[in-house]
Amino acid sequence: MSMTEDSQTPEASTPVETLTTETTPKMIGRDVSVFYADKQALFDVDIDIVEKEVTALIGPSGCGKSTFLRCMNRMNDVIEGCSVTGTISMDDGDIYDPKVDVVQLRARVGMVFQKPNPFPKSIYENVAYGPRIHGLAANKAEMDAIVESSLRRASLWEEVKDRLEQPGTGLSGGQQQRLCIARAIAVEPEVILMDEPCSALDPIATARIEELIHELRENFTIVIVTHSMQQAARVSQKTAFFHLGNLVEYGETEVLFTNPSDERTQGYITGRFG
Amino acid sequence: MNLAILLAAVLLLALYSYALGRGRALGQTTGHPSELHSRPGYYGTYTALWSVIPALLVIAIWLMAEGVIVEGLVVASLPQAQQDLPNAQLGLLLNDIRNVASGAFSAEQAEPFVRAAAERYNGLRLTSFIGMAAIAVLLAVIGLYWARRAIDPGLRARNAVERIVMVFLVAASTIAIFTTVGIVLSLLFEAWRFFSQVPFYEFLFGLQWSPQIALRADQVGSSGAFGAVPIFAGTLLISFIAMVVAVPVGLMSAIYMAEYATPKFRSFVKPLLEVLAGIPTVVYGFFAALTVAPQIRGFGESFGLDVASESALAAGLVMGIMIIPFVSSLSDDVISAVPRSLREGSYGMGATKSETIVRVILPAALPGIVGSILLAVSRAIGETMIVVMAAGLAANLTANPFQAVTTVTVQIVTLLVGDQEFDSPKTLAAFALGLVLFFITLCLNVIALHVVRKYREQYD
Repeated sequence: MSMTEDSQTPEASTPVETLTTETTPKMIGRDVSVFYADKQALFDVDIDIVEKEVTALIGPSGCGKSTFLRCMNRMNDVIEGCSVTGTISMDDGDIYDPKVDVVQLRARVGMVFQKPNPFPKSIYENVAYGPRIHGLAANKAEMDAIVESSLRRASLWEEVKDRLEQPGTGLSGGQQQRLCIARAIAVEPEVILMDEPCSALDPIATARIEELIHELRENFTIVIVTHSMQQAARVSQKTAFFHLGNLVEYGETEVLFTNPSDERTQGYITGRFG
Repeated sequence: MNLAILLAAVLLLALYSYALGRGRALGQTTGHPSELHSRPGYYGTYTALWSVIPALLVIAIWLMAEGVIVEGLVVASLPQAQQDLPNAQLGLLLNDIRNVASGAFSAEQAEPFVRAAAERYNGLRLTSFIGMAAIAVLLAVIGLYWARRAIDPGLRARNAVERIVMVFLVAASTIAIFTTVGIVLSLLFEAWRFFSQVPFYEFLFGLQWSPQIALRADQVGSSGAFGAVPIFAGTLLISFIAMVVAVPVGLMSAIYMAEYATPKFRSFVKPLLEVLAGIPTVVYGFFAALTVAPQIRGFGESFGLDVASESALAAGLVMGIMIIPFVSSLSDDVISAVPRSLREGSYGMGATKSETIVRVILPAALPGIVGSILLAVSRAIGETMIVVMAAGLAANLTANPFQAVTTVTVQIVTLLVGDQEFDSPKTLAAFALGLVLFFITLCLNVIALHVVRKYREQYD
């Protein structure tokens, strides 16, 4: 997402609440700052992403939430002039360590994009794409099994099982997005990043994706960027509120929406700006 | 000269009517142009068009009809003996009269009846011109008056002007279509005449091409054989060699430029590559004939191969270099047009850059790439200058790239260079070859356009 807002002097973010969770954090960000050329888009973000939970990143446009999401699988690497400082670690290993192979990292941290982007290939080939490049299936039968289970977990199997050879671009928008989710989970990632996965979908398709996110939570750690506060409240356990490149407030979703500690959060969730 | 003055007068009248129409429209308001239906300039244009279009139409039609009518009258005034001459000789006589009339021949040497006819010719043309000028100017003035009277604030001048502009646009676009139709028809008719002398199947399936035929009965050694297979085979051989050079090189450079090159490098190198397309083909031609062909010959001889000094290989290689930019530039555009979201989707799955290119971007861009290759093929088949200079004239039926072959375009050139007679199959064969060549490139272009159009529906 584009960072069009002027970078302002970083305001001191309120101290991040220490979360008392019994599970260990899956990913930990410390002092994460992002620069596009010489413009700073993200200021010293500290965040712990909890395993097998849904974390929602909310905030007004240009607040840096998508930027942070894209840091977590180093998708920002493909943008020219973008640099990241600070550390993001996953299971105690820094993902920005030069020794880390970004290809392997992205196999562990999958991503679903704002606009459904199935490849112009058949439905089967779309799902088989990841397993194929990572060599996950030894033969056709194994590949068939991976494709079927991925489509089932993305609750798309029943709708497409008779037309796996048809192009993925021929599906409806909601089906395409579920195909993209199936494609992402086919490589068995540990974390799935979702960048406004429902913003291009109608309410019914959105409801199905949200339902799916609930089911996926059993097996995956999910981080979702959303513009819809209702969606964040519905699907997530933790919510992080970003504003002007700062992580303003991070905590239990229920607490953040009912009793925010920062007045900027209060202003945003009550609709005074954003 | 007189015509130029007349046209200038009509145009001046148009300028005057523009000012007049605009002024009158403005004069009917209380000073606010917004009271008019259209902006004042449209009323000016409306008046100008009304005065100039009828006048120009009359001039155009008059000029087309004048020649026939005047000549008819001149012929009618000739002595009976001359009127009864056969058509061809009458034409020559008319030519003489025209030359005398324009002063190209001196009138003293001409026969008296020619001189009289020339004078009559000049007189008729002068009368005709005066008539035309009078009617054109009169029409312009009437149009001006009529349009000026029609002007009032409610007149939809803008709609009327835009309709006339649309007529001009339609006319401009049909010129290209009618030209194509005309060319095809002329090819068809001449080819028809050829096929009435040489059987169709002999032309299409004959293996012997030797178009020299005896012009006089006592000539020997020129039997004439019109089997086009060797020259189409030569065309295919050279085009094939050219594509073997151009497709890999062009495609790979397109991939590099679209995917790997920094924007700075790309903006520097892409125009340079396109310069290749701007080099005149005759320059490529002597490059092929004088530089590449001897090199290949010397290289082949060092291996003990017998290479002709004019070889298909030399022409094909150089032609391949010439069409690299067609492949690379179009493919580059097509590859760059693959949406960023597809690339990110692939990177997001943990694919490397080359995996993304091979498995996602190239398949997505494939129809467009095929289209660019087909366009390059039709360019290669139609290319003339390089093969004229480097491929030779011998119509060998061979698949050996080291031998001289000849192509359709080369044969057309050699058939039509020099003295012609248009009732000999030798000359007419050029039209038959042209027809087949046109048909092949037309098919390739249609397929290419179809493929490219289908590709556009791929995403979004």
